[in-house]
Amino acid sequence: MSARGVVLAGVGGQGVVLASAVLAEAALQSDFEVKQSEVHGMAQRGGAVVSHIRYGETVASPVVPLASADVLAAFEWAEALRWMPYLAPRGALVVDARRIVPPGACKDHRTWGVPYPAMDAATVADRAADVLLIDATGIAAGLGNPKAANSVVMGAVSRFLDIADVAWEKAITRFVPPGTEELNIAAFHAGQEAGSVRPEDIPDLGLDPIEERNYRIQVDHSWCKDCGICPTVCPEFCLAMDHAHRLVVVDEAACIGCRLCEALCPDFAIRISVGEPAAMSGGAS
Amino acid sequence: MTTLSVRADRALLSGNEAIARGAWEAGVHVAAAYPGTPSTETLQALAGYDEVDSRWATNEKVAVDVALGASLGGARAFAAMKHVGLNVAADTFMTASYVGVGGGLVIMVADDPGMHSSQNEQDTRLYARLGLVPLLEPSDSAEAKDYTKLAFDVSEEFDTPVLLRSTTRISHNRGIVPLETRREVAVRGFRRDPAKYVMLPAYARGRHPVILERLERLAGYAGDLAAEEGTDGRVGIVTAGVPYQYVKEVAPDLRILKLGMTYPIPIERIRRFAETVDRLVVVEELEPFLEEALLAAGLDVVGKAFFPRTGELSPDLVRDGLAALGVADPRPPVPDAPTTVTRPPLMCPGCPHMVPYWSIKRLGATVTGDIGCYTLAALEPLATMDTCISMGASIGMASGMAASGGSDEPVVATIGDSTFLHGGVPALMEAVYNDANMTVVILDNGTTAMTGGQEHPGTGTTLAGEKARAVDIPALCRAVGVEDLHVVDPYDVSATLRAIEQAMAYRGTSVVITHRPCVEAPLRVKDRPFEVVPDNCTACQLCMNLGCPAIVWTDEVFEGRRKVTIDAAMCTGCTLCAQLCPPRAIVPVEVQA
Ligand SMILES: Cc1ncc(C[n+]2csc(CCOP(=O)(O)OP(=O)(O)O)c2C)c(N)n1
Ligand code: SF4
Ligand code: SF4
Repeated sequence: MSARGVVLAGVGGQGVVLASAVLAEAALQSDFEVKQSEVHGMAQRGGAVVSHIRYGETVASPVVPLASADVLAAFEWAEALRWMPYLAPRGALVVDARRIVPPGACKDHRTWGVPYPAMDAATVADRAADVLLIDATGIAAGLGNPKAANSVVMGAVSRFLDIADVAWEKAITRFVPPGTEELNIAAFHAGQEAGSVRPEDIPDLGLDPIEERNYRIQVDHSWCKDCGICPTVCPEFCLAMDHAHRLVVVDEAACIGCRLCEALCPDFAIRISVGEPAAMSGGAS
Repeated sequence: MTTLSVRADRALLSGNEAIARGAWEAGVHVAAAYPGTPSTETLQALAGYDEVDSRWATNEKVAVDVALGASLGGARAFAAMKHVGLNVAADTFMTASYVGVGGGLVIMVADDPGMHSSQNEQDTRLYARLGLVPLLEPSDSAEAKDYTKLAFDVSEEFDTPVLLRSTTRISHNRGIVPLETRREVAVRGFRRDPAKYVMLPAYARGRHPVILERLERLAGYAGDLAAEEGTDGRVGIVTAGVPYQYVKEVAPDLRILKLGMTYPIPIERIRRFAETVDRLVVVEELEPFLEEALLAAGLDVVGKAFFPRTGELSPDLVRDGLAALGVADPRPPVPDAPTTVTRPPLMCPGCPHMVPYWSIKRLGATVTGDIGCYTLAALEPLATMDTCISMGASIGMASGMAASGGSDEPVVATIGDSTFLHGGVPALMEAVYNDANMTVVILDNGTTAMTGGQEHPGTGTTLAGEKARAVDIPALCRAVGVEDLHVVDPYDVSATLRAIEQAMAYRGTSVVITHRPCVEAPLRVKDRPFEVVPDNCTACQLCMNLGCPAIVWTDEVFEGRRKVTIDAAMCTGCTLCAQLCPPRAIVPVEVQA
């Protein structure tokens, strides 16, 4: 029998490392040889985290080869997609149907769009023998604490592995925070029963692109006394004081039209309007 | 975190934990390190064993100095660091080789092929050759423990420091390790021997031939440690470390010569092995270290033509190489990953590093950066760092940048407290001494956050958790001659902005110390969270520019822009976004009566 391979993926802070410790321990309790490999370091701060677990009679590589994972379990949708190449075509995909949209992903100021991938089970349907899109966070919340979502996912994972419940339960007891053992074991069993949800039923963030707009910045230099207030509030650094301490418009194209400068100018010397940026930005209006 | 899972006589240990266990079982007395991924947990695990004096050193050179001193005192001594740490320690390391040891001296160095969390992927084996020091390379956790013990014995038997090379895939992998008991070794005591320990030229000349003779004997030892396996001699693989596991995974029947000691290279042993196979192949991560030596020895061998020189190897890359050599099946086609979103690491909600960078960005400067959590300020939305090279380089580079006259804007060096003490202090002295026109911002968050929140000489606590005298950083700056010195709380936005502005206007070397604990260590900060009053939010995104991950966009649009909301579970209540918000839309969450 060749070694079994499981890839666990999620976002830093979601408990990927803890869940993989539980699986490794459960395999050890079942008298298998076990190797587990994770990469941490910078990945812990909101970044993508992945852990590989391999167990069997003998295990050589601690890393799961591509297209050979028996199970890919992800605690988040975009992370499931990221590690998909590790999943064997005969394998099982388990995903907690939730989205964690990284803040940077929203930060395209021209379109305000989000490149976060749509949650569409069809994207993954033909890539695994079994696909389980479960509402693990919802199930865990129903049991009293959404943080037990990992145990729900691991319960779903256990359906595809040859590790007995007692070994899982021992491992969970060993690793979860004291006082939460019962909750996590209940969550684990709930995961063993959980059925797939339809992605349509999961509330979407729906951050669709917004219409792109351009703005003009008009400074009336006969009113402006170069006090320097507006450059300190402009979130996009469109305005600056030059070496002679004179207000200049340095980047009109970056203007998002928030009109903070307009609102905070004590002399009503600056105006923002929708329209194409003037060719001669910074000139008197 | 307790990952140690004990089942009577065996445990599931990471490579780092296994090395710590090995050092303890070998009877180590003194251990010193400076944190660095992926080596950090080794000393933390050793600190759990009462018999060992484990301590954080100011930097890697000091760690090796401490370990060498302990060794000459007759104790078994250990030092640990990441690969680039050995650059810092190289001066002592190179001459420690001449001096030899008293008690066994083992220096663990963890390489980071693939640069999961490093600024380069240098190969420590080249240091072994430079220093003429033996190097052991374990291939999993169990071997990591065994080789650590072996390293102490080799050190004493051959009178040499020993390098123990780990990599990310050893240090951060867990495997089953049989547990044994500690062997108590007596401290031998210091024996005065100037010709051996005082490296005056006349004495050092006498030592160099001794080292070369030692190396020859060690090559014999390395040959004995090498193990042959497999039957399929179409190719014979010479390998070590985790690549050995990949070869075993992909082609378990191939003839393999697995090396345990990869320096000195047991050339004669490999020559004998070569005679039993059709074609000799080296599978090694990073540099063609073995390959070039074998070519130089006149052996017909291939390696880097089939296996990449950059990045980590993997079972898949090893398969590609072996398939090209005709001894493995090519990998099955793997469909690409569906398009997904990039997810770079982020500063924590309430990170005290946000406002200093936000302020520098406002003021405009050329920023020489350094290494720590604050290096994330190089990314959007702060995007306020122009260089990042090595620990402590920011200050010297700012001095040089100012001297060049090549920057239109003021020159600012930014550096964390741990990094400042590690390598920044000598550079600050240079700047003050030569009257460099620049500003140093010392981001004092009272911990070594990047590597997980370790203590350092400025924190007032030791690795063992005992109280210690803390370096007074403002007094230190004054003592080296800094006259324009500001200490501010980076949770006070306007005070921070003003202090940095004043320091930048000063003609000469000025220092701003931003003083506020990290929200993760030593204590996890969680204050009353803030929320956004949607009706008051004008979607100006000023708060977004802090880079706080608790602030996220919503679907509500105002004048074509998204409004924001705050994830209350993440918010630490630092008040920074509320201080910035022009329409005062950010307010503390109502306390439920
Ligand atoms: C020579 C060297 N040693 C160790 C490291 C690993 N390392 C990176 S940043 C860092 C310390 C950062 O601490 P500090 O400067 O206080 O900044 P913080 O992360 O707390 O913001 C360490 C130890 C390294 N990159 N190079
Ligand atoms: S760990 Fe500390 S220093 Fe690092 S990003 Fe978080 S708050 Fe900032
Ligand atoms: S108060 Fe604002 S800046 Fe501070 S942690 Fe909360 S959301 Fe982030």
